[in-house]
Amino acid sequence: MDNTFTPIEARKPPSSAIGPIAWMKESLFSSPVNTLLTVFFGYLIIRFVPPVIDWAFISANWVGTTQDECTKSGACWIFIKQWFSQLLYGSYPENLHWRVNLALIGLVAVVVLQFFLPQHLRRRVGWVSLLVYPLVSLWLMYGGFGLETVSTDKWGGFSLNILLAFAGILMSLPIGIIWALGRQSKMPFVRVVCISSIELFRGVPLITILFMGSVMLPLFFPAGVQLDKLMRAFIAITLFQSAYMAEVIRGGLQAIPKGQVEAANSLGLGYWKTMRLIVLPQALKISIPNIVNTFIALFKDTTLVLIIGLFEVLSTIQAALQNSNWLGGHHIEGYVFVAFVFWVFCYTMSRISVHIENKLNTGHSRS
Amino acid sequence: MKKSVLFGLVTAAIFSSNVQADTLDDVKKAGMLKCGVSTGLAGFSQKDEKGNWSGLDVDVCRSVAAAVLGDASKVSYKPLTAKERFTALQSGEIDILSRNTTWTATRDTSLGLNFAGVVYYDGAGFMVNKKLGVDSALKLDGAAACIQAGTSTELAIADYFRENNMKYKVVTFETSDQTRSGFESGRCDFLVSDQSQLYSLRIGLKDPDGAVVLPEVISKEPLGPVVRQGDDKWFNIVKWSLNAMIEGEFQGVTSANADEMAKSGKPGQKRLLGAEGDLGEKLGLSADWAHQIIKQVGNYSESFERNVGMDSALKISRGLNAQWNKGGILYSPAMR
Repeated sequence: MDNTFTPIEARKPPSSAIGPIAWMKESLFSSPVNTLLTVFFGYLIIRFVPPVIDWAFISANWVGTTQDECTKSGACWIFIKQWFSQLLYGSYPENLHWRVNLALIGLVAVVVLQFFLPQHLRRRVGWVSLLVYPLVSLWLMYGGFGLETVSTDKWGGFSLNILLAFAGILMSLPIGIIWALGRQSKMPFVRVVCISSIELFRGVPLITILFMGSVMLPLFFPAGVQLDKLMRAFIAITLFQSAYMAEVIRGGLQAIPKGQVEAANSLGLGYWKTMRLIVLPQALKISIPNIVNTFIALFKDTTLVLIIGLFEVLSTIQAALQNSNWLGGHHIEGYVFVAFVFWVFCYTMSRISVHIENKLNTGHSRS
Repeated sequence: MKKSVLFGLVTAAIFSSNVQADTLDDVKKAGMLKCGVSTGLAGFSQKDEKGNWSGLDVDVCRSVAAAVLGDASKVSYKPLTAKERFTALQSGEIDILSRNTTWTATRDTSLGLNFAGVVYYDGAGFMVNKKLGVDSALKLDGAAACIQAGTSTELAIADYFRENNMKYKVVTFETSDQTRSGFESGRCDFLVSDQSQLYSLRIGLKDPDGAVVLPEVISKEPLGPVVRQGDDKWFNIVKWSLNAMIEGEFQGVTSANADEMAKSGKPGQKRLLGAEGDLGEKLGLSADWAHQIIKQVGNYSESFERNVGMDSALKISRGLNAQWNKGGILYSPAMR
C-alpha cells in the first residue's frame, strides 16, 4: 500500500471572496457610507474626466502656426508650441540656446554625480563641482572670456526659474547654516545680529522684499551705480530663503542631544570641529525633508519675480496672452502648461529627497 | 546732530541719483538706448514668439534710437511693471519711459519727471452686448458694469453716471481676463475700461462681433513718453522725435518715400528731413535725424496702423488720434 502522504489540493477561496466583484465589495461598497462615497466620486469622474481628456487631447489643436488654425473646440496647443522657445529660454538669442542647455545639463550632472560616484571620490568631486559649477554656468549664461555677452534682461522663461531657484538654494544653505549657528552663539553681538536678520526676513512676505529690492534699493545707490535687476531679485530671494533655511536647520540642531557636544568637547574638539564633524552632519541629515520642502517652496516662489517685470515662465505666458496675434484667450492652455511643468519638477525634487534620505539612513529613523 | 548728517547724506544720495548729467552723451557712449516698456500690452508694447518687441510705445523708443544713434534697432528694452516704472526712470536704469503712462498734473509736477508729448489719446469707454441694442452710454441707466478693481476707470465711471443722473451697479474683478469672462458670462450689461484695452478685450471674446464699443469716451488718458527732469537737451530730443513722426504724417512723408522727398520734396518736407535748415544741429543730433526716424520706424500713421490700427488685430480707428485737419487732435508744433 502506498503510504506516501498526498495532500489534498488546496481549494480555491469561495467565489464570494475573490475576483473583481469581491474586490469591489470589499473596497468600494463595504459600508453604506463607502457606497455613497463611491457613487459620488464615480459620478464626478464620469462627469469631469472625459470632457477634460476630450479638451486636452481628442479635440485639441496640434498642427499649425497661428491661432486661426485653432479651429477645433479643444485646447489650442499651437499657442504653447509657438511660444515654447520663449517659455523655455526667454529672449536668449536662439543661436546661443546651447549655452543654456549646457548649463542645465551641467546642473543635472552635478546632482547625479552625487549619487553614482564611488564613495571615496564622491566627497571631493561633489564639493569641487558644487563650487565650480556655479561659476561655469554663470560664464556660460552671461558670457565674457571669449563668449558673446548676453545681458540679463534677455534671460527668461523656465530656465530663469531653474537658475534663480538653484542659485538661491546654493547661496541660502551656507548662509542659513551660519545664521542658525549664530542664533545659538554665546556671543551676544553675533546672536543679536543673526536673530534680527532671521526675524526680519522671515517676518516679511517675499513679495515685499522683491519690491524693496526693485523699487527702493536703486534710489539709495549713488548716481551712475546700477545693480542689475536680476541680481537684485536674486539677493532678495537669497536673503528670504536663508532666513527660512536657518530656522529649518535650527530645528535639526536642537534635535541633537547635548551629550553629543559634551562628548566632542571631552575629546578635545574645538567649536568648529565639533560642529563640522559631530553636530552638523547629524543635524543636516534630520533636516533633509524640511530642507527639500523649503527648496520646493522656493522653486515655486521664483514665479513671484513676475511682479518686478522679469520674464520667468509665468510672466512669459502673460506677455504671450497680451500679444495682439494671440488675443483669443488662451490663458487656460498657458496656465495648464505652467502647472504641468512645475509639477514635474517639484515631484522629481521630492523623489530625489526620498532617495537622499534612504542613502543617508543610518538607523535613526523610527518609522 | 550725527543723525541729521546721515539723513542729509542719504537724501543727497537720493537726489543726486535723480540728476543725470547728460543722457544724450550716456546713450551715445553706450551705443544703446535703455527704454522702459510694459511687460506686455497688446498693440503698445508686446513681445512676439521670437522675443522681438513691437507696438506703439516701442516705436517711440525706436524713433529716439534712430534719431540719436542712427539705428532704430539699438534699443535695450526694460520691461517694467506699473509700480516700478517711475523709480526705474528716476534711478537712471532707463533713459526714457514709454509705457502707456497717463500724463497727469500730479505726476508731471511731483515726481521729478517730464512728459515729452502724447503718443496716444486714450480714455475710458464702454463695451456692451449687441443684443442690448444700446447705441449710447446715456441709455445705460440702471445697468450693471464689469470693472477691473483699482483702476482710474472706477472713478471716471462714478463721475460720469453722477453727472448724468443715472444709476448703475458695479461688479468688480481683479484682472482684465476675469473682467472679460464676467462680461462674457453675462454678469453685467456692459464693460468699462480704457478704449485701447476695450478692443483687445473684445478680440478675446468667444464672439467678438456680439459686442460693440460705444462712441463715448468719458475720461482723459493721454499716454506719452516720460523723461527725467533737469536734462532739457534730452527732453527736447524725445519731444521732437515724437513730433517728427506726427509731422511726417502731416507732410505726407512715409518710410517708403522719405529718401525721395529729401531730394525733391516741398520745402517743408525737406526741412523735416534735414535736407534744408539746421534743426538737427540745434538738437545736438545729425542733420538727418528725422529722416532716419521716418525711414526706419515710419511716420505716425504707419506706426499706428501697424500696431493698433487697421493692419493689426486690434483694429482701433484713429478717432482722437487723427491729425488735427482730419478730425483728430494730433498736432505737431511747427518744424522750422
